[in-house]
Amino acid sequence: MSLQPDSTPDTDTGTFNNQEHPKTNNLFKESFLRILKSKTSVIGLCIIIILLLTALLAPLIATHSPTDQSIVNRYQPPSVDHWLGTDELGRDIFSRIVFGTRISIQIGVIAVGISMIVGVTLGSIAGYFGRWIDMIIMRVIDIMLAFPSVLLAIALVTILGPSLRNAMIAVGIVGVPQFARLVRSSVLSVKETEYIEASKAIGARNLRTLFGHILPNCLAPIIVQMTLGIGTAILDAAGLSFLGLGAQPPTPEWGAMLSDGRAALQNAPWVVAFPGVAIFLFVLGFNLFGDGLRDALDPKLKD
Amino acid sequence: MLKYIIRRLVMLIPVLLGVSILTFSLVHLIPGDPAKSMLGEKATETQLELLREEMGLNDPYIVQYGNFIGKILQGDLGESIQSKEDIAVEIAQKLPATIELTIFAMILAMVIGILAGVIAAVKQYSWFDNVSMTGALFGVSLPIFWLGLMMIWVFAVELKILPPSGRLASTVELETITNFYLLDSILSGNWGAFKDAFFHLLMPGLALGTIPMAVIARMTRSSMLEVMGQDYIRTAAAKGLKKQLIIFQHALKNAFLPVLTIIGLQFGFLLGGAVLTETIFSWPGIGRYVYQAVLARDYQIVQSTILIIATIFVLVNLLTDILYKYFDPRIKYE
Repeated sequence: MSLQPDSTPDTDTGTFNNQEHPKTNNLFKESFLRILKSKTSVIGLCIIIILLLTALLAPLIATHSPTDQSIVNRYQPPSVDHWLGTDELGRDIFSRIVFGTRISIQIGVIAVGISMIVGVTLGSIAGYFGRWIDMIIMRVIDIMLAFPSVLLAIALVTILGPSLRNAMIAVGIVGVPQFARLVRSSVLSVKETEYIEASKAIGARNLRTLFGHILPNCLAPIIVQMTLGIGTAILDAAGLSFLGLGAQPPTPEWGAMLSDGRAALQNAPWVVAFPGVAIFLFVLGFNLFGDGLRDALDPKLKD
Repeated sequence: MLKYIIRRLVMLIPVLLGVSILTFSLVHLIPGDPAKSMLGEKATETQLELLREEMGLNDPYIVQYGNFIGKILQGDLGESIQSKEDIAVEIAQKLPATIELTIFAMILAMVIGILAGVIAAVKQYSWFDNVSMTGALFGVSLPIFWLGLMMIWVFAVELKILPPSGRLASTVELETITNFYLLDSILSGNWGAFKDAFFHLLMPGLALGTIPMAVIARMTRSSMLEVMGQDYIRTAAAKGLKKQLIIFQHALKNAFLPVLTIIGLQFGFLLGGAVLTETIFSWPGIGRYVYQAVLARDYQIVQSTILIIATIFVLVNLLTDILYKYFDPRIKYE
């Protein structure tokens, strides 16, 4: 799928008209060069890459099994054998955090995926067709926004039943309004452009105009929202697991690990401390990268 | 202005109606029999039937909703399925604790956030700008439940300078008038209790206020930077006005509008975050109340409390809009 279907690809992308603002017709290449200029977003990107590698190579990186229990070894402080100490069942915290990366990435991708698919569909239908469809969809979105998001997620998990899967669904649903509003406003502005008029003039059907021509031109804000949304989704899902409404034991989910360590805060603070640092780094990585991405893709900054 | 407020209040009716339908539907969306999931598998058929009758689950959906709304309009939020307590009474008792906590957190967030944002913008690229904005970036990425627990560990367990939980030490006596402890202690002139209540508020307030603080600081900075580049600021400086006057009177006043929007939205975050914060600090507010109800599967409490919290949030957003018009009279609403 081409990002700018009505532009001819620039074959001479190696030279820039201006060193400060590289001009190419490739949105990805141009944005990528912009991102590399920002120190913070490069740091964010590095954190994300490290986390992805950790998730991918978890069995190689982990020093112990994430679920092996050893009651004699419970609440061991950080040591050479257990880098980040052990928890109340003698499980190695470092290994659990390493395997937890897989779960967190899964949560982020699935929850944001749900928000994105539902939100983009609703938002583009509302923006493109307008009138009563728009009114109904946006009123429902308004009502969803009347609930504080964490609370709505808690309510949804209460209905669906506590589990990691349901927590992901709940967090995903709670994120729908952001996407819907964002996409609706983008669609509204793209809809008025001349190439959409041209598309209609040659007899393209609504669905083709919408998904083939309008949506590809709304991609930038959607990508930014997805990146920033992953951070929020991880925080919310970890909060749910912390409350016992998300991942259930013995899943090495970071929020649930934190919750397990609460009782021993006085004697074994490392059980609580390290999973929290992992959540923080994960969210920070996506926030830094998302911020940079927004600056890079912001049409206002483009010349 | 009055006409505008009245019109906005009328416009609230459909939103609140939608909110009530959604909260009402929550209990009815529970897969299977709500009565069974509340009483557990061991309940006898008679017990189940009794509860269904009591909750009106045997009536048609629309009749149930009508009864639900009718009761709420009379201030009846139903009773707890387990303890039979009147939920309206419980909420009235616990709500001040939550409001005190959220307002305290918001004041902390606003004072520190706006000040940091203004200084960072005025001294752009200085060490203060770098440090505070890095701090703000870290702040928005922090899980507040973790932050709360780390604070308890450092300030209550290790340093022993702040109380780990609750609203007031058991040794301190306070005559409760409004249930806002800070206010009550001032009203009764009990300064010992004021100090104790204040110290109890510090950690939960700071934990809850960190994310809004970071968001407000970032917003203030970018909004101030935009305003500081305007011609009228240059004119004010050319006239020889004092720098403080220009910053706070001319610039901040104009930069405040986007910040105000963010503050209104962050209030929703505070109300949601209160569930986590109150749970960690054993704060006897409605956040902990709703959480305990979730664990106990007392859906009646969950339903009523969520409805109340959503209503508060809707009203706060309305207040933000009204303030918006107050701060910027140019804005016309049709």
